[in-house]
Amino acid sequence: MIHQQGNRFFFNVDWITVLIYILLCTIGVINIFASIYNPDKVIGIDFTTNYGKQLIYVITGLVLGLSILLFDGRLFNVFSPFIYGATLILLVVVLVIGRKVAGNQAWIPLGSFRLQPSEFAKFGTALLLARYVSTFNPKFRDFKSIFFAGLIVAAPLLLIMLQPDTGSALVFLAFMFPLYREGLSGYFLLIFLGMIVLFVADFLVPTYILVIIISTLGGLFIFANKRKQKVVFSTILVTLIAVGYLFLVKVAYTKVLEPHQRTRIELMLGLRTDNKGAGYNVIQSQIAIGSGQGLGRGFLQGTQTKYGYVPEQSTDFIFSTIGEEWGFAGCAVVIGLYIFLLLRLINLAERQRSTFSRVYGYCVACILFFHIFINIGMTIGIIPVIGIPLPLISYGGSSLWSFTILIFIFLKLDSNRMGFI
Amino acid sequence: MDQLFNRKYVVQGLFIVIAIILLGKLFYIQIVSDKAFVSAESNVLRKIYKYPARGAILDRNMKVIVQNEPVYDLMVIPNEVKPFDTLALADALGLSFEDIGKKLRKSKIQSNYQSTFFERQISVESYARLQEIMYRFPGFRTQDRTIRHYPDSIGGQIFGWVKEVSQDDIDNSDGYYRPGDFIGKSGLERSYENYLRGERGVINTLYDARNVAQGSYAQGKYDVNAVSGDRLISSLDIRIQKLGEELMQNKVGAIVAIEPSTGEILAFVSSPTFNPNKFVGKNWGNSYMDLIRNPYRPQIVRPIQGYYPPGSSFKPVDALVALQNGAINPTTTFFCPGYYVAGNHKVKCEHVDGTINLQRGIARSCNTYFCHVFQNIMTQNGIKNQRNTYSKWHEQISKFGFGQKLDIDMPYEKKGKFYTADYYNKLYGNRWGYTTVISQAIGQGEITSTPLQMANVMAAIANRGYYIKPHLIKGIGDNHTVKKEYTIKNSVGIDAEYFQPVIEGMRDAVNSPWGTATLSRIPNILMCGKTGTVQNPHGKNHSVFIGFAPMDNPKIAIAVIVENAGYGSTYAAPIASYMVEKYLTDSVKNGRMAEVEWMKNQNLLPDLITKIKKPKVFKVDSLNLKKTDSLKKLKDSAKVKSANAVKLDKTKVLSQENKNSTKVQGNKR
Ligand SMILES: [Zn+2]
Repeated sequence: MIHQQGNRFFFNVDWITVLIYILLCTIGVINIFASIYNPDKVIGIDFTTNYGKQLIYVITGLVLGLSILLFDGRLFNVFSPFIYGATLILLVVVLVIGRKVAGNQAWIPLGSFRLQPSEFAKFGTALLLARYVSTFNPKFRDFKSIFFAGLIVAAPLLLIMLQPDTGSALVFLAFMFPLYREGLSGYFLLIFLGMIVLFVADFLVPTYILVIIISTLGGLFIFANKRKQKVVFSTILVTLIAVGYLFLVKVAYTKVLEPHQRTRIELMLGLRTDNKGAGYNVIQSQIAIGSGQGLGRGFLQGTQTKYGYVPEQSTDFIFSTIGEEWGFAGCAVVIGLYIFLLLRLINLAERQRSTFSRVYGYCVACILFFHIFINIGMTIGIIPVIGIPLPLISYGGSSLWSFTILIFIFLKLDSNRMGFI
Repeated sequence: MDQLFNRKYVVQGLFIVIAIILLGKLFYIQIVSDKAFVSAESNVLRKIYKYPARGAILDRNMKVIVQNEPVYDLMVIPNEVKPFDTLALADALGLSFEDIGKKLRKSKIQSNYQSTFFERQISVESYARLQEIMYRFPGFRTQDRTIRHYPDSIGGQIFGWVKEVSQDDIDNSDGYYRPGDFIGKSGLERSYENYLRGERGVINTLYDARNVAQGSYAQGKYDVNAVSGDRLISSLDIRIQKLGEELMQNKVGAIVAIEPSTGEILAFVSSPTFNPNKFVGKNWGNSYMDLIRNPYRPQIVRPIQGYYPPGSSFKPVDALVALQNGAINPTTTFFCPGYYVAGNHKVKCEHVDGTINLQRGIARSCNTYFCHVFQNIMTQNGIKNQRNTYSKWHEQISKFGFGQKLDIDMPYEKKGKFYTADYYNKLYGNRWGYTTVISQAIGQGEITSTPLQMANVMAAIANRGYYIKPHLIKGIGDNHTVKKEYTIKNSVGIDAEYFQPVIEGMRDAVNSPWGTATLSRIPNILMCGKTGTVQNPHGKNHSVFIGFAPMDNPKIAIAVIVENAGYGSTYAAPIASYMVEKYLTDSVKNGRMAEVEWMKNQNLLPDLITKIKKPKVFKVDSLNLKKTDSLKKLKDSAKVKSANAVKLDKTKVLSQENKNSTKVQGNKR
């Protein structure tokens, strides 16, 4: 069996996904080069610069990915609890000995390299979740299965919250979608959506007006269904919870969130304008992207990004370089590639015979999706500033390697799809 | 498969919806809205403007009459300002400690990132002091520009004002002007703005987020060098312009002298005038207040805006038309008993001339003679047709330039009044005839003209039948081009042969014992002229002289009006003679210099009380400010002045108190 798999190795790997992976990494290197480009300094391949380092990360990443393809796919299933456990330990370790960067205790220094455990916690969690679902085959109709799945996700999430790295923690919400695919009620997604809507509405409209609106809607619904006792009861419950949530948001907002987080949310909601302070990043990023217009200023011609108007240029705000130098056309190509990748990953996941592979595939796609949506949304001002990288494009070894591992494990599982794991 | 398979589409659909949302927002900020693009430019681009020197203006003998003088502005880019020794800057500029903060705030409001004016036209001393300590004030820089200077302090009304552009100027300029630019607001500066202004230069520099210059934008592709404005050669002769202004001091009136063969204006005096050097740069406001407080209204450009009945100076024109129409011939005589009866009223003659012919009628300025001439013209086609005949006559007289603009190259020229038959038809129906308008025969009544028009009539007579539109600029730029309209001969519709008797009459007026303008006689030069004593319902008569010289091959045509000076022969005629002699021979000779000095010292300013009670209705277009505005400004400036006085005292005390502490702060940095 193992022998056979080795023979079919090249036929079964989805090379289209690998191609998109390489394309996105290349786009990343080119744009990191552009964002640090200085016409006064002669540039060869210089491995001390960010783009030189990124080149090394890409090459080592590719080697790492290809070597993952050489593993026996079953190992990931077997070792998933250990990998999950190891990432949890790293998350605890980082809280103890980690280095603070920009207020977040997220990095473990390893020589000249800094390890970011939260990046690796993603695939650890994805593996264990896949293992749990494939082993117990729960349909998430009962409290127990939801509780265990939730626990697997919540443990790393809470540890990351302690760093505190809200952005990375937020990505763990992506695991809701694989669970939904496996049977979790769509109501959970709706409730989640409702929570976001109410949260935003709570800032834009006075709370008492929202309370009146919700109570009226609840009242009307009860009136329409007054003969069905069960419906009346649950409607009252939902209405009460919603109203309670509104007040909770207000309290949590002032008591729990850090001032800079509050500022970011207010900026995003347009409740506050601030061109120089916290709003500077978003405004400058939007200016840079907008000034690219249709076809962009051209490679290395960006002024906003090159002259340091956009901060964190090659990491979280790399998309603004793409927007400025390549314009709407370039943005559309990048987003197009991402969406193609995501849709393909879902299709690949659906063709798996093993539940483990399918759940894991969904996890990969949805984690990527969260990163892409939050990162791009942040640079164009439709999401508050949350510092998470743009997959495969942003500068950074931890991030690039963790996405590489995520994707290539799935490609390995996919190349094994005919076998049973 | 189970139905959970369908949930794949929910997830994939969500991906696509989110992608569309992202692309939609991108489409909006990149393609629909150009706000970001504009902001990006203002982020990185700093434009440093280079102001061109305005073109100089020379007189006809290539003497400079308008030139440029450097001034220095202190500019600031508020964003680049670092904490600095406020007191040192205040000291260097002669400002108070508070002023510095105030001005900085004002600059910030204008633009945080672009260079704006901090203090305009700092003195040369301030500039010199600043040069040494400039490095202590990052964000500040000096900028040199030029303002106008008039070496002879003459021609205030001619050249007009150069001022900073107003918002209206900017809005109407299709983006040519920017705040801080200079623009010609009146006079020649306005007429020739497009030639004089030159082209503004600009240097585009890129700055990074820390405000460090990163080199030129697009390899200097969009940088422009400043190009100086075109030089203008004026037709004025500075010698007689200056003499004219001096002769007219303490008098109200105007002198216009024209070279008949070219239409070039040799002198253009409007009195009272003002020293144009007081109206440059930031002194303009205060000088302007002084100007509009002057009850004699120096802001009126009298040669083209003053309305005067032409008076007796109209008679030669009348005679020419009569000769052309055959209404009289050179030998026609009339009898003058000392008056002319027109219907139920009499027109008085100054003399009892008896039987008198054309030549003598002009020399004696006989009113009776010219009323008969007018009567002959009007009744030539029968008494019933006289209103149509008036129309024809009106048309003929208009050809000399009466009642219309002569299109001089100055703004706000007035056209004078000269009514058509239609006007009288409306006024009287058909119950009017030559007797109704008889006063026009002698240049009185409803007809009024500007001094320019009067001088132009003389040019046409001197040319024996044509004139070239009078103008003040005879050469633009290096090629000395002149506008085409100032090269065309305009015929006045009178055959050359008819001029001889009229011109001889005008010669006699000046040079014969019986002439009325003998005070304008010039030794060795045969001047032809005509005096006019214009009745002024508001006070003493205006003194008028028009003429040209020499009689053959004339070189200069002139009109002189001195308001409220009485008889034309007393003031206007001699003034004209000095001007002509000076122009033709370069000096006033034979002991007549003493007369010139005497004339200069004559004060003929009219009585102010009558003047203020019955102000003349001049339309003052050159003043865009309304009187209420000016009064308000007057009050404001008074307030500011007293406030400044108080401030000054405070500053002294403050600066002494603060000196030590500020120095310590300065060292710390
Ligand atoms: Zn008479």
